[in-house]
Amino acid sequence: MDAPESLLPLPEATFHILLAVAAEDRHGYAIIQDVAARTAGELKLSAGTLYRSIQRMLEQGLIEETRERPAPELDDERRRYYRITAFGIRVAQAETRRLAQLVRLARSSGFATGRA
Amino acid sequence: MPLYRALLHLYPAAFRHEYGEEMCAIFRRRRQDSAGIVGALLLWVSTFVEVLFHAAAVHCDILRQDLRYAARALSRERGFALTAIVVVALGIGANTAVFSLTDYVLLRPLPFADADRLVKLWEVTPGYSRMEASPANYRDWKRMSRSFEAMGSFTTIATNLVGQGEPERVEGALVSADLFPLLGTQPMAGRLFTAAEDRAGAPATVLLSYALWQSAFGGDPGVLGTRAILNDEPYVIVGIMPRDFHFPTRQDEFWTPERFGESDYRDRADNYLQVVGKLRPGTTLEAARAEMRVVAAQLERTYPSENERTGAVAISLRDELSEQSRLLLFALVGAAACVLLIACTNLANLLLARALARRRELAMRTALGGGRERLVRQLATESVLLALLGGALGILTARAALPLLTRLVPFALPVGAEPSLDGRVLLFAAALTLLTGAAFGVLPAMRICRGTDFTALREGSRAGGGRKERLRAALVTAEVTASVVLLIGAGLLMRAMWRLQAVDPGFRAEGVITLRTALSFPRYEQTARRHAFYSRVLGDIRALPGVDNAAYISFLPMTMTGGIFPATVNGDTLTRNESRSASMRFVTPGFFATLRIPLLAGRDVDESDTVERPFAAVVSESFVKRYWPHDNPLGRHFQFAFHDRMVVGVVRDIRVRGLDRSSEPQVYLPYRQMGDGAFPFYAPKDLVVHSNGQQAAVLAAVQKIIRGADALQPISDVRPLAAIVAEETAPRLAQIRVLAAFALTAFLLAAVGIHGLLAFAVSQRTREIGVRIALGAARADILRMVLRDGLRAAGVGILFGALLGYAAGSALKTLLAGVTPADAPTYAAAAALALLMTLAGSLAPALRALAIDPTAAMREE
Repeated sequence: MDAPESLLPLPEATFHILLAVAAEDRHGYAIIQDVAARTAGELKLSAGTLYRSIQRMLEQGLIEETRERPAPELDDERRRYYRITAFGIRVAQAETRRLAQLVRLARSSGFATGRA
Repeated sequence: MPLYRALLHLYPAAFRHEYGEEMCAIFRRRRQDSAGIVGALLLWVSTFVEVLFHAAAVHCDILRQDLRYAARALSRERGFALTAIVVVALGIGANTAVFSLTDYVLLRPLPFADADRLVKLWEVTPGYSRMEASPANYRDWKRMSRSFEAMGSFTTIATNLVGQGEPERVEGALVSADLFPLLGTQPMAGRLFTAAEDRAGAPATVLLSYALWQSAFGGDPGVLGTRAILNDEPYVIVGIMPRDFHFPTRQDEFWTPERFGESDYRDRADNYLQVVGKLRPGTTLEAARAEMRVVAAQLERTYPSENERTGAVAISLRDELSEQSRLLLFALVGAAACVLLIACTNLANLLLARALARRRELAMRTALGGGRERLVRQLATESVLLALLGGALGILTARAALPLLTRLVPFALPVGAEPSLDGRVLLFAAALTLLTGAAFGVLPAMRICRGTDFTALREGSRAGGGRKERLRAALVTAEVTASVVLLIGAGLLMRAMWRLQAVDPGFRAEGVITLRTALSFPRYEQTARRHAFYSRVLGDIRALPGVDNAAYISFLPMTMTGGIFPATVNGDTLTRNESRSASMRFVTPGFFATLRIPLLAGRDVDESDTVERPFAAVVSESFVKRYWPHDNPLGRHFQFAFHDRMVVGVVRDIRVRGLDRSSEPQVYLPYRQMGDGAFPFYAPKDLVVHSNGQQAAVLAAVQKIIRGADALQPISDVRPLAAIVAEETAPRLAQIRVLAAFALTAFLLAAVGIHGLLAFAVSQRTREIGVRIALGAARADILRMVLRDGLRAAGVGILFGALLGYAAGSALKTLLAGVTPADAPTYAAAAALALLMTLAGSLAPALRALAIDPTAAMREE
């Protein structure tokens, strides 16, 4: 597997999807809703963007499809659930470090005030 | 919902299968969430745009991934990749070059306005399907016909240009003032001719070609309005034509008005005008032809004796090209198509063999959920990538080869010498490349994938697959067929050329150098003045060391096919009749000796044959046969070119019109019996010198002698007589070289194909062969087993190739100069070469099979 840094910077959609599946396994529509809620409705992923990203993230090994489903009463038979991989976590951490570094640099140049 | 499902088909199938249901579910949720008709409409619009955009993006993702994969796979197998690329490059290169040539010569509209409406008009007389028109008939055509919007005429001439450095002989045309407007051409600088300039007695004016303006006038824009000296007469330069303007051929470098007067219209039998017409919009060529038939019939009734059996015909300017030039081009197109076919089958074969060898890997990928469609797509990407690389290399090759094709652009066309690679050609090449890559890459890929299942995993590397072997053998058969067709075609044309080269021209060209000193008129109008020039020049040349003879003639054989006059014997009336005409040439004494044309009876012309003496003539054998088949011809009289002439000698016939055409009988007249100002066109201008020694030294001395006799006299067309004879077959030679190159390419490609077929079969059957050897099979049996496949494919290919070759040969019949399309030696040679190729291709695989170590082969599994 490649070094996590080789995938940086992450496309915005990819980073948000990683955040969405970080805490729990989610299916496609749940990811869209989670991202929308997290960004207060600012980012609404479309189905096309979502699955194109998911396909690429599967290939890159950032996420995996899970066969374990949540409780049947919550589950819709057709849904596929995605979970973050160990590599995905490392990549997300690397991206966070990169962004934090960027913000630090911006702040020292006087671009940002207050707390990050 | 069904609409959304249909939209999803824009995505690659694999993606759709994987995520289609999920996406439908999300869309359903969105539909439920969207409020009212406006909301639904907005959702639909945004979804539509999004799907379009994302589907393309997903396709790109896959393409990028496949390309990366293909690049990695191909760089691992450099040998395979390189072979495939070169194979495609050969096919695409050959076709691109030939297409650009064909497009240039046959397809592209000529570079004139409304080129499709331009026609040439000819008189038709017994024995001549295209005869120049007489000015009187041209004038009547113009007056009587309604089919043409405009009609113009021209006569090609050559003239001496002096005063611009070395005296120079330049070719050009006398044109009527309406010719250039009819062609829709504007001068690059200056103006065209006015109608007033095109009249007898008008001041002399001239238009220069771009090339002549550059070479003789240094491209100086100040030449407009100055004078150029042509044939001792000053001409005012009124304009310069554009660089890409060539008319009537690319050799013509200047144009002056015809300046016809009433006297020019007197003789209806004086045919020297080439006529160009522009059809009225909407008038068909057929209608114009029908009208010209009527016009000619009317003229025949009005002038029954002069226009006896004289018709008129219109031919599209584009179709002026001879049938032979056209056929040779078609032969090249066919040959290039054969090369492409072979290249494609080779590519298919290479891909198939590779895919078969990768069967296990492919099956594994399918098993791991790669999806068959994904796999086909991956393989197709690889083959299209190979084809594109090969195509690019092919276009570069064609571009490099184009200058070599200039020899194949017929002189008769009003276009430049070098075909160019333009957008159409590139489009053609690109389409051909994609077709090659797709058709010959995707089909094998689908074929392979159809059979890819889990059995391949179990079978191990032994799997060859009988059906695929048969497909591969069929492809090799196709290659052999195509290369045999090419070999036969090239072989037949080569035999035809040899036959032509073996034709006895009637004279001996060895050791004879020729050059042209066209004396300008009126300076040399006086017979005495010309005589002084000839005797001084010839006398000095004959005195040179190593020179044993020299003479002058009006036109060398094979350089001028016209100069025909009717000949009659007492009692005949003078009518236009083909069987009564003979070629007329004025010669100095010694012409026959210089060219070693045997004198069969009587004497050569000599210095005593002057205008004061009875007019004498030396005639050729066929002339005697025609008029006095049973009598002694010497002392007989006949009427020829306005005089009564007496036969003083008989010589053997020569091929005046060229090696592959029959010629009229020849009449040679003494140069001193050309009266003052008579036949200026026929004044002897071609010098022939036979020497034994250093030709270069002799030539230098000859040029010095001519300059000494007349410093203003241009010297042109310096070349050995042998070169003129070789020129007869030169276009064929160029064509045959290209064909032979194609045949050789095809031959090598087919050998590669056979080698590939057998090498793969042997490698796939290593274990089987090992078992056979272990069980005691003789080496000869193994050898037979390996060779059998190749020989069978080749045998069938040779058979088909011979049949198709015969068909191709029959189509080329008019080019074969009498060689039959069923020429046995050609077929034998082609078959032998094909067998040789098969054996050569089989050699390495056969040796490898013989060298198989049975124990090692069986341990391998």
